[in-house]
Amino acid sequence: MNVLLDNFPEFRDGFIGTVSITAVSSVIALVLGVLIAGFRVSPVPPLRYFGTAWVTLMRNTPLTLLFLIFFFVVPEILFPGMSPFVLGSLALGFYTSSFVCEAVRSGINTVPLGQAEAARSIGMTFAQTLQIVVLPQATRTVIPPLSSIFIALTKNSAIAGAFSVAELFGWQKLMSDRGYDIVPVFIWVAIGYLIVTFTISGLFRLLERRMEVAR
Amino acid sequence: MSASVLYDAPGPKAVVRNRIYAVVGSLAIAALIAISIMRLADKGHLAPAMWDIFNYTGIRQNIADALLATLKAFGLAAIGSLVLGVVLVVGRLSDHKPVRWAATTFIELFRSLPLLITIYAIWVGFLTDYSMWALAAGLSVYNGCVQAEVLRAGINSVPKGQSEAAYALGMSKTQVMVSVLMPQAVRSMLPTIIGQLVVTLKDTSLGFIILYPELLQTARLIASNTQVNGQYPYVSTIVVIGTLYIAMCLLLSALATWIEKRGRRARTGIKVAPGAPAAGIPAVETVPGPDAGGAGGADPTADGAGGTGVTKD
Repeated sequence: MNVLLDNFPEFRDGFIGTVSITAVSSVIALVLGVLIAGFRVSPVPPLRYFGTAWVTLMRNTPLTLLFLIFFFVVPEILFPGMSPFVLGSLALGFYTSSFVCEAVRSGINTVPLGQAEAARSIGMTFAQTLQIVVLPQATRTVIPPLSSIFIALTKNSAIAGAFSVAELFGWQKLMSDRGYDIVPVFIWVAIGYLIVTFTISGLFRLLERRMEVAR
Repeated sequence: MSASVLYDAPGPKAVVRNRIYAVVGSLAIAALIAISIMRLADKGHLAPAMWDIFNYTGIRQNIADALLATLKAFGLAAIGSLVLGVVLVVGRLSDHKPVRWAATTFIELFRSLPLLITIYAIWVGFLTDYSMWALAAGLSVYNGCVQAEVLRAGINSVPKGQSEAAYALGMSKTQVMVSVLMPQAVRSMLPTIIGQLVVTLKDTSLGFIILYPELLQTARLIASNTQVNGQYPYVSTIVVIGTLYIAMCLLLSALATWIEKRGRRARTGIKVAPGAPAAGIPAVETVPGPDAGGAGGADPTADGAGGTGVTKD
């Protein structure tokens, strides 16, 4: 208990850090993931190849290595002096985007072809087919895997702590450097993460219930 | 191209339009890559001298040692996580309430915590001087929980008649588990199990953070200790090490895919689970039962990562 009470401001900052890096990377991952999924299902071969290459590369690279790339190589390409938070969010977002892409793609693929054919045959345009028929059905399929992906993203955000982003793992390191016993520190950090992951799974369960339809 | 869910079979106009998109898209992608390479070249990261360092025997030896260290940690973690997975799944399916409760709590807790937190705590708390064992222990605990869930899904997918028949023959509970349920569960879940091993292999790179001299840690040491023309060769080192990692992971994934295809051909009547899940998310796909906020649970998880769910990863 003492560990938490004596160092509450740092813990609070760490918790806020975890929440914010998770939130920012989630947005990046969603936008990029949907975009790459769009590439992978498009009728344009070069874009499809690009999407496939992207997913294969991102999936088979350890996240820690990706962090190294973003901290040491990306600033060289863009411009030096980017903040660790921005670089960390980008690394996490890029990494997770490949998983989001696969989830979205399999969601689209679960919509039976007949649905789209029926929509076209009654004269719907491409946009209408997408909006009214395909996407609502795909979204429902995508929600459970997305929930797992964002929980995994929260857990992966710990790695950002090793790259000088202020978050919960950083707090754990700081406390062990200050000589506190690791067991209570571990328990508090665990509780912090559990709060975030439970919130995410709760939100997604709500979403799922909202989107439920009788089939 | 035939019709898909999204697109009707293209007519002449659409064919032309798609070709235009193809050209524009390729140009855009090529431009992105070219600009990145130009920027790196401008700063001297692609100079031959930067890549020359990998011709030194010392550096090659470093990389070979690091590769061995990574594989050692991976081997230990693979064995540890599979053994723990079996123990946990037996506990979780036990008839004794306290045992079941303990196993379930253990699985749900460690599956929903970042692996890094666990590894770091083990390292600082118990194994400060043995970073390899700390890494292997942390990996085993987390991945053991995920493997336990995978095995549970496998056991649940074995038709009920199998265990009923075994009991009818007078087998004991242990015999049923060992000789009837487990073999079929492992067989049907092999691709998923190997998929999780790919995640385990990727996660050995967390040894970087507890200063275990695996590939990534070595890469950083090489890059920060060898100066070439007044610059540190981060780019070339990362490319070399990244290629090694990707090659290793792809090999393991290919094994999973091959086993899956082989399983589809076999006439054993055992259904093989779909291919290797996305790494990083726990690949617990068809597990019924409550999802205690951890990754996985709600069917399905593309794990991908520990992804993950299935994560994390």
